[in-house]
Amino acid sequence: MATYCFDGSMTGLLSCVFRAFQFKEFQVNVTRDEHAQNGLFDDFIQVVSNEEHAQRVWQGLKQKTSSQSQRNFYYTFLSENQTADQHLFNYCLYVFQHSYKVDENYGHPDVLALAQWTKQVGREKHRMEAFVRFKKCQDGLFLSLVRPDFNVLPLIERHFKARYQDQRWLIYDEKRKYGIYYDLQQVHQIEMNAHEVDTKLASGFSQSFTIELDEQELLYDQLWKDYFQSVNIQARQNMKLHIQYVPKRYWRYMNEKSI
Amino acid sequence: MSDRIREKLQILADAAKYDVSCSSSGSNRKNKDKGLGNTGSGICHSYTEDGRCVSLLKILFSNVCIYDCAYCVSRRSNDVKRAAFTVQEVVDLTMNFYRRNYIEGLFLSSGIFKSADYTMERMLQVVKKLRLEENFNGYIHLKTIPGASQEIITEAGLYVDRMSINLEMPTEAGLQKFAPEKTHAEVQKDLGIVRDRLIQFKDERKLIRSVPKFVPAGQTTQMVVGAHSETDQDIILMADRHYKEFKLKRVYYSGYIPINEQEKSLPAIGSTPPLLRENRLYQSDWLMRFYGFDAAELVDEKHPNLDLEVDPKLAWALRHPEQFPVDLNRADYRMILRVPGIGVRSAKKIVQARRFGNIHIDQLKRIGVAYNRAQHFIRCADTPKFIKDQLPSQIRNQILQSGQSKYTQQLSPQLGFGF
Repeated sequence: MATYCFDGSMTGLLSCVFRAFQFKEFQVNVTRDEHAQNGLFDDFIQVVSNEEHAQRVWQGLKQKTSSQSQRNFYYTFLSENQTADQHLFNYCLYVFQHSYKVDENYGHPDVLALAQWTKQVGREKHRMEAFVRFKKCQDGLFLSLVRPDFNVLPLIERHFKARYQDQRWLIYDEKRKYGIYYDLQQVHQIEMNAHEVDTKLASGFSQSFTIELDEQELLYDQLWKDYFQSVNIQARQNMKLHIQYVPKRYWRYMNEKSI
Repeated sequence: MSDRIREKLQILADAAKYDVSCSSSGSNRKNKDKGLGNTGSGICHSYTEDGRCVSLLKILFSNVCIYDCAYCVSRRSNDVKRAAFTVQEVVDLTMNFYRRNYIEGLFLSSGIFKSADYTMERMLQVVKKLRLEENFNGYIHLKTIPGASQEIITEAGLYVDRMSINLEMPTEAGLQKFAPEKTHAEVQKDLGIVRDRLIQFKDERKLIRSVPKFVPAGQTTQMVVGAHSETDQDIILMADRHYKEFKLKRVYYSGYIPINEQEKSLPAIGSTPPLLRENRLYQSDWLMRFYGFDAAELVDEKHPNLDLEVDPKLAWALRHPEQFPVDLNRADYRMILRVPGIGVRSAKKIVQARRFGNIHIDQLKRIGVAYNRAQHFIRCADTPKFIKDQLPSQIRNQILQSGQSKYTQQLSPQLGFGF
């Protein structure tokens, strides 16, 4: 057994696949963690990201799989999960070891795992499109701080860009420490200190922003809370279902829920 | 100023909440000229504590109404606070909520003040202002006011994404009893107007590409369930007829929530709404729309009501033992879809996976089939050769005993004294 360690990028993962075929090593663990625990007799190999190798592997995948499967591959990669990485790696081996297309064989554990991870990441993407709440700042910027389970900002960028074209907005991922900012022309990637913006970040209670907000922000914030209360039908109260749909970990980012 | 708008929003949102239509999907309106908003497959931005989704800003324009329908909160004989928005207020609320990503768009309904046309004309003003002045491309769902003129309905259709008009009661007799001022014929006339225009615009678009969009997300309707003595057969056949005749996108079923003290023939205040029945109706609705079931297969003269203990798909399977077991490695997709415990996603995966080899039990479980339920109706590669044939009643008992319905309340082991 060997353990391949890569730098966490897609290029790195595909380079691992390249190396596996180069050295005919097919019993491999892949990891992003440099200090991963490995077995006594295992080889621990740092795989260097190689753009050219990665391109060759990706071209191969493009030939052997449908565009739907390529999308699944990318979604699964964004889950940033150790098990998912391993499935991606094994999936590549499985695809390349067959002369015919096998990317729709849902009886195979790795193909099925990709479909299931895609579902999870897709669900998180959809949640972010729904649960992001903008606050309007004094300078007209619409600001939102979130902490998605997976790295979904690259996936939701297109949705928000298509929707909000006449306002500047910023969605910041406080866990992965980067945000996407739209300046009325294009979307840029930016970094900032989330702790300075949100004073409650460390304590985990509902967000409270230090930035000067628009004078009407409080009114609409309140109106939304009122609306949320008014549309509830008391006779049908079902908290279990409510929490299933809006898990508590998102509550502090949504102004209608307060904790 | 802000206090008054808060009060209005509370009154008019509260009055609109009994309309269950919530979807924001089905339209294809795209953002144009760097404006605000687009539509897609629909997003639920939040969920209320009763577990229903909040997708659109669902409000009445006014809750003043000239009608006196017994099942409605806004009926003229009811003593509630009355309010009405101005056009500008609705526009501001929609734009500001949308900009903060609170909503997918606007759902505008109204009590009928003065006349149907007068009300409809005010609502049209809101919609036109949003579309033409504010360049708002989000979703707009407009309620058609029964009895509004054909011209005004056609004009509204050019700006909105979806229109709907409620049948209210599943039977004409129910409507006669509780809303004598309304008839199904009037509702069907309005549904017909929009349907005919939809077909006309579609035909014209084949010749000229620049024909404007007309109600791109289609029409829906809603029926109140459990207020009158209608059977499930009445409701399902009514829904089926409207799906076929009026090309409706959805029929919503709303379990009646008691709100009327005076009318003694309606369920009393405090009685629980028929949630389980509503759930079974939606399940049958899905079976008709996505699983290829016919309305007559789900309910007939012998079984006018749906079984509350088991879902309609399982009930159908138990009534038709001659159709089972289904061999998953050979049967066609249509039949796999009819197996209880296998949904659309799983059925598609099975059909794709069996091209690479025989399907085994463990694969089914991993694919996501509810195997405990499905096992009685299927055969796959490693099903034991000799298994005892079971009667439908035995299968039914086994399935009922293996799970617990979320609707049955568990008895507490503690002694209850009733206070």
